[in-house]
Amino acid sequence: MSAQQPAASGTAPSPTRFHIVTGKGGTGKTTVAAALALALAGKGRRTLLVEVEGRHGIAQLFESGELPYEERKIAVAPGGGEVFGMAIDPELALLDYLEMFYKLGRAGRALKKLGAIDFATTVAPGLRDVLLTGKACEAVRRRTSKGGTRVYDAVVMDAPPTGRITRFLNVNDEVAGLARFGPIHNQAQAVMRVLKSAETAVHLVTLLEEMPVQETVDGVAELRAAGLPVGSVLVNMVRPVLLDEETVRTAAAGHRTAVAKALSQAGLGGARRGGLAERLVDPLLEQAREHAERVALEKRERAELEALGLPTYELELLGDGVDVGGIYRLAHALRDQGVR
Amino acid sequence: MTWQTPLLRVDPLLADPATRIIVCCGSGGVGKTTTAAALGVRAAEQGRRVVVLTIDPARRLAQSMGLTELDNTPRRVEGIDESAGGRLDAMMLDMKRTFDEVVLNNADPARAKAILENPFYQSLSAGFAGTQEYMAMEKLGQLRARDEWDLIVVDTPPSRSALDFLDAPKRLGSFLDGKFIKLLMAPAKAGGRAGMLFLNAGMSMMTGALNKVVGAHLLRDVQTFVAAMDTMFGGFRKRADATYRLLQAPGTAFLVVAAPERDALREASYFVERLAAETMPLAGLVLNRVHGSGAAQLTAERALSAAEQLEDLAAEEEDEGRAEDGTGAAGGTGDGAEDAAGDGAAAEDAATDGATVSGAAVDGQELSPESLAAGLLRLHAERMQVVERERRTRDRFASLHPEVPVAEVAALPGDVHDLAGLRTVGERLADGRPAVT
Ligand SMILES: Nc1ncnc2c1ncn2[C@@H]1O[C@H](COP(=O)(O)OP(=O)(O)OP(=O)(O)O)[C@@H](O)[C@H]1O
Ligand SMILES: Nc1ncnc2c1ncn2[C@@H]1O[C@H](COP(=O)(O)OP(=O)(O)OP(=O)(O)O)[C@@H](O)[C@H]1O
Ligand SMILES: [Mg+2]
Ligand SMILES: [Mg+2]
Repeated sequence: MSAQQPAASGTAPSPTRFHIVTGKGGTGKTTVAAALALALAGKGRRTLLVEVEGRHGIAQLFESGELPYEERKIAVAPGGGEVFGMAIDPELALLDYLEMFYKLGRAGRALKKLGAIDFATTVAPGLRDVLLTGKACEAVRRRTSKGGTRVYDAVVMDAPPTGRITRFLNVNDEVAGLARFGPIHNQAQAVMRVLKSAETAVHLVTLLEEMPVQETVDGVAELRAAGLPVGSVLVNMVRPVLLDEETVRTAAAGHRTAVAKALSQAGLGGARRGGLAERLVDPLLEQAREHAERVALEKRERAELEALGLPTYELELLGDGVDVGGIYRLAHALRDQGVR
Repeated sequence: MTWQTPLLRVDPLLADPATRIIVCCGSGGVGKTTTAAALGVRAAEQGRRVVVLTIDPARRLAQSMGLTELDNTPRRVEGIDESAGGRLDAMMLDMKRTFDEVVLNNADPARAKAILENPFYQSLSAGFAGTQEYMAMEKLGQLRARDEWDLIVVDTPPSRSALDFLDAPKRLGSFLDGKFIKLLMAPAKAGGRAGMLFLNAGMSMMTGALNKVVGAHLLRDVQTFVAAMDTMFGGFRKRADATYRLLQAPGTAFLVVAAPERDALREASYFVERLAAETMPLAGLVLNRVHGSGAAQLTAERALSAAEQLEDLAAEEEDEGRAEDGTGAAGGTGDGAEDAAGDGAAAEDAATDGATVSGAAVDGQELSPESLAAGLLRLHAERMQVVERERRTRDRFASLHPEVPVAEVAALPGDVHDLAGLRTVGERLADGRPAVT
């Protein structure tokens, strides 16, 4: 399978360096973000996978211990590069921040115990968001030394779900009410510059089902309205199409005896009335009808997604669930579709 | 091995006049809303006066239930068979409006106005994590108090963990009740004790820093909000506690909804244990979107090997067909034979890759019965693999919780978006038996 409108042609790495992965809850944001971080880590390249919701999803996925609030190598990619991981904690980010600008020292830690930090990030969600995105943007821009090369070739964020993504990224608006100048204001400005640049792309993970597709369509419209760069649609858990509607219709119409004969030929019992092969025909055709109905439904959902005019990638449903091997498989699939 | 779990019987539960509240919970996307709506339709058509409280239903489902107006009150659902004397009302939760109602009902008009206009209240009521769960509980309490229905079916908000429904309201309460808010309100009181002196020094430093970071006016907004709410807090908490107790009452039944997948069942497991710890009455587990097969006697392995045989046969026949065509054509010698061989290999590749078998696949010719049968068999093999996997996950849950009654609902081929679909789900739910044992 290949992207319907390939984002990258040939093997040149795309200019996008900050990949933000969103989608309806449970559609596979964490899984797909991990696969993307692996896929982007070609030979000699280094990528960073960050999570922001305090759920230790990355650690679970890579079967490693909980990630500390610092970057740590979590995998070697199929393309030969390295993948680092980090779980950004908003409370610690705020403490860091206060330390940097207000030198709170031990009082800062005491206030954490009191719940003041939690309080601050709760009453001002915009503050929380700017700290999280700020930390990620810092990793995007970081260089080995002044004027040196970038530390990470790409940063992939396992982001909040579609329903919250625009607010989450639109930090400028969110903190506008908080600070008109000072360090938070500057931080928000810097974050917005990165987010609205060609270096950033927001990708949406979806399934071929009504609600996730609807959320994707709504999410794209919201992101576009906010001037945020939309990247691609990642269709996850795609199941193979084995029989199409037309075939099933023909089969049901007049080939029942012939199908029974064929089944019998393959050693599945007698094709006569009451024989095993004959008895299999009805349930097998019923399954085929259900399959065709699903295929037709998926076709409708695909058409809705196509209307968005975005590059689209597909990832198969892994029958036995996702383990480390499964993520590598999905990463390969992304590379096969031109992701670099 | 198959575990013998007790069967969850939904109809007696719906028919029992002692059942007053049914709560459908479970992790994200498993079918909570669908199950709640299907139960509502079924109970109403069996003669009960029912109200369903839905949360974020899919658009088409909402339309089919007439849920187009977002006015936060139950409306009668058209198209329900009311011949047994029942009726169905349905509503979609509007959390902001529900919060506003709480404020309006608990504060005098001047104070209520001050709260509703407070910017901090506005962001709290629109988006604070846990507000939706809190307001779902609040609405449930209100519906119960109106006493117009003999059965209330409650859907729960989409969240990754089913436990959020029980925990989130407390989180919001404990935030509004938190230590830090108290300190903000009464720094003098807190400073009175010797041990707090250091903290107090930190406090003024912190409020100073916080003022800079979150903005002085925001902190002021929070303070005025808390001051205005202060008199309401008691009532607020009392209501929440009352609703929580309602959930523990004998007239309440929890249905845990799960998909037959590892993660969803793990969540369901946590939830079952939690309900037991809270002495909340669990009616059973709804295992939704389960796959079965009418030809379960044919294993995946056997189906696959039969499919391969048939594909070989089909490829041979096709080769013969081509070869005959080739000799029939004037001058067609070596080239034709090579083509045929190439095509044959390609066809085989496609088949083993599980590519689409289509009526138009073979040069516009009709598909041979062999290829068609092979396609049906591959489809069956795939289905049986799913059935097997679902059975294993189900059995793992059953071995952990052998006492929990289970009803299985077979997956519909499409999604559920109208009353007919809800009736079908209701029937399958009431039957509850596994499609495959
Ligand atoms: N391609 C796939 N094939 C099979 N299972 C998958 C696939 N992608 C994801 N899953 C499974 O689906 C579930 C949800 O995936 P994941 O946790 O990545 O989603 P998410 O969008 O991050 O969820 P949340 O909204 O809870 O953060 C997990 O159990 C995961 O293993
Ligand atoms: N038995 C079933 N067969 C087929 N499709 C189903 C079945 N049950 C639910 N669905 C479909 O699955 C999707 C999710 O269902 P639903 O909205 O009820 O889940 P939910 O648990 O309420 O999700 P959320 O956590 O997002 O609120 C819907 O598109 C619905 O039509
Ligand atoms: Mg996730
Ligand atoms: Mg729902």
